[in-house]
Amino acid sequence: MARNILLCGVGGQGILLAAKIIAAAAESAGFQVTTNEVHGMAQRGGSVTAQVRFGANVHSPLILEGCADVLASMEAAEGVRYAHWLKPGGFAVVSSEEVIPVTVSSGKAVYPADIEQRLRHVYAERSSLLLRDFRSDASKLGNPKLANTILLGALSKAIEEISLPLWHSAVASCVKAQFIEINQQAFDLGRSF
Amino acid sequence: MKTLLSGNEAIARGAWEAGVSAAFGYPGTPSTEILENLVAHREEVYCEWSPNEKVALESAAGAAIGGVRSMVTMKHVGLNVAADPMMTLSYVGIVAGMVIVVADDPGQHSSQTEQDTRHYARLAKLPILEPGNAVECRSYMKFAFELSEMYRCPVILRSTTCVSHSRYLVEVAGREEKARIPFVKNPQQFVPIPVWGRVLRRKVEERMLQQAADASNDTERNQVYRPEQKQLGILSSGVTAFHALDLFPEASILKLGRAWPFPDDRIREFAASCERLLVLEEGDPFLEEHVRALGIACDGKNLVPRTGELTPRVLMEVKAKLDGKTPAVPSPVPEAADLPNRPPMLCAGCPHRGLFYGLGQFDVVVTGDIGCYSLGVFPPLDRTDLLICMGGGFTLAHGMKLSGETRPVVGIVGDSTFFHSGITGLLNLVYNQGNATLVVVDNRTTAMTGHQDHPGTGKTLMGNATVAASIEEIARACGMKRIRVVNPYDAAAMHRVLAEELFCGEPSLIISRAPCILKERSAVKPPFSIDPAKCKNCKGCLKLGCPAIETPDKAAKPSIDRTACTGCGLCEQVCRFGAIGR
Repeated sequence: MARNILLCGVGGQGILLAAKIIAAAAESAGFQVTTNEVHGMAQRGGSVTAQVRFGANVHSPLILEGCADVLASMEAAEGVRYAHWLKPGGFAVVSSEEVIPVTVSSGKAVYPADIEQRLRHVYAERSSLLLRDFRSDASKLGNPKLANTILLGALSKAIEEISLPLWHSAVASCVKAQFIEINQQAFDLGRSF
Repeated sequence: MKTLLSGNEAIARGAWEAGVSAAFGYPGTPSTEILENLVAHREEVYCEWSPNEKVALESAAGAAIGGVRSMVTMKHVGLNVAADPMMTLSYVGIVAGMVIVVADDPGQHSSQTEQDTRHYARLAKLPILEPGNAVECRSYMKFAFELSEMYRCPVILRSTTCVSHSRYLVEVAGREEKARIPFVKNPQQFVPIPVWGRVLRRKVEERMLQQAADASNDTERNQVYRPEQKQLGILSSGVTAFHALDLFPEASILKLGRAWPFPDDRIREFAASCERLLVLEEGDPFLEEHVRALGIACDGKNLVPRTGELTPRVLMEVKAKLDGKTPAVPSPVPEAADLPNRPPMLCAGCPHRGLFYGLGQFDVVVTGDIGCYSLGVFPPLDRTDLLICMGGGFTLAHGMKLSGETRPVVGIVGDSTFFHSGITGLLNLVYNQGNATLVVVDNRTTAMTGHQDHPGTGKTLMGNATVAASIEEIARACGMKRIRVVNPYDAAAMHRVLAEELFCGEPSLIISRAPCILKERSAVKPPFSIDPAKCKNCKGCLKLGCPAIETPDKAAKPSIDRTACTGCGLCEQVCRFGAIGR
């Protein structure tokens, strides 16, 4: 059976790096791995998703809706938008951070005020949800950009077939040397939630 | 050794391993990363960004006929530009192997059309290979060079967005150096004037028959998966075949890596081995129509959509239709129905914003072009009315004005697309005494595809400093008399220049020049903020469509996201109440 992990968020939040680390960890655990990235035309601010599939034998790089074992969203509304990808009984990690789209700031659309209730309601029906402000966790560590690594640590708990040392070395292999230690700290913080 | 590679990285890797010596291309999503990865081997492989795909393909042909393995990369619409030399090169043939790598974009993630390059293979009478993942990207690339030399013609390797941008563990190897085959003059082969061209034409037909027979015998690339499943047979290619392997466990699958010339014997044999045949292909019914022409009954586009990507979801819907059932794939939750969308937009601090905001002050018709500036079509800027293709911004404006359009017509191209195919349009406007205002939005890079160099940047893909072509001097040499250069961050200057040029009654060129803010980070200045005491909530600043200016709801006064703001200062100039400052 393949393991399916869907990551979503907004451009610039570090989704693609998180996917890269998961793929490296799964590879070092001896699995066949495939990943796919979808990002829109704009370099920043658009919806971004990344998919990772691994297992003994994986052919397609794309996850079928309703079949993700783990869904991780770096942004609250995106966590609702992609909720239907999670399988019943799956694990969702969602950051409560809200990134306001330009459609909202220009008055053409509204960002829902009840996004947290929506998240809790959507995921209560089908799965377990870890919802917290990963960006403020990251700020406490000294850099809001670490939010993706904290979230990665949190989702790693649901992937039992990859051990902690393999996660740590995957983090080390994917970030610049001077950021390895702080990223591993961030990962451990997320894993403790 | 196995390494996790994207399809594009694997294409570059396969080419390098195959001993490619010269590689050419023009950036275009989803093909761009191929040359960007290959140039890491610049000691062994000459790589260049050519001004356009026609130039790239012709240069690759010259290199291959000159005796070294060569390749050219482009996106599907780029092949339209390169089609002319490809058609004739098919007759003339090559000496060392040459591969034409084309990346199609089913689903139009970042393209104006969804064309299917397989039609070009048939039109040009060239064999086409369709890898379905990065493992095949590498191995098919190497095979493509062998095939090219075997048949003495270029070979097309067709990727798609999903193949190019998905990663897979790939077994890699070292490079096999290829000695140059010295060029031997042979006009009867290489100069297809009609008397010799007619001979070459007949040879092409013979070559295709041989290619079809060989493809039928190629059980490695035209492979049957799960031959023991007899009830349902699926004929497919590319990544679609790999989706089907996971989603149709009850079916046998003939995956055609070498789809054209059609391997008729292989298709007949497979069809005969299963009770029901389904042709599963993205895009047009290219395989299906041929299967039917062979007299074989099948399902295909009666169940499979002709448009868009064949994602797992779409394939499950096909499966349900095949079985006469209702598809059971979950849809977005009801709570997602009213979520705000995140359309692509000009970045905070993008220099193009100043031009589009300026044009918004005038009643004009704008003909646009392919690049970041196509985003000027969206509200609140709303300043693109027609768009076809690269270079088309200038030529469409000329024709539009000739139609009798009384409003000023503004034709926009980017700096990279000016060199790509904008120059001829400018030349034509001047030569034929047209009356349109041409604008080059010159951000000193090919921005949308991720900052590639071009003839105006003064740097090559190999990393060498070179001559930077001047847009002004080219325009002047074409006979353009009115040339204005304006800083798009200076709203008053932009307004003044537009007011003068739009109504001047003769050809005019405005160069709106400032570097892409994502590339030139040194141009980022301290952020601005809005003083709520001075802000009258007139929403004037929101007309810039800058993603750094936020209002959480309609009643609230706008504020500036200081981490997103690049300090370009347009909003400060636009604010009538002096509420925006540092």
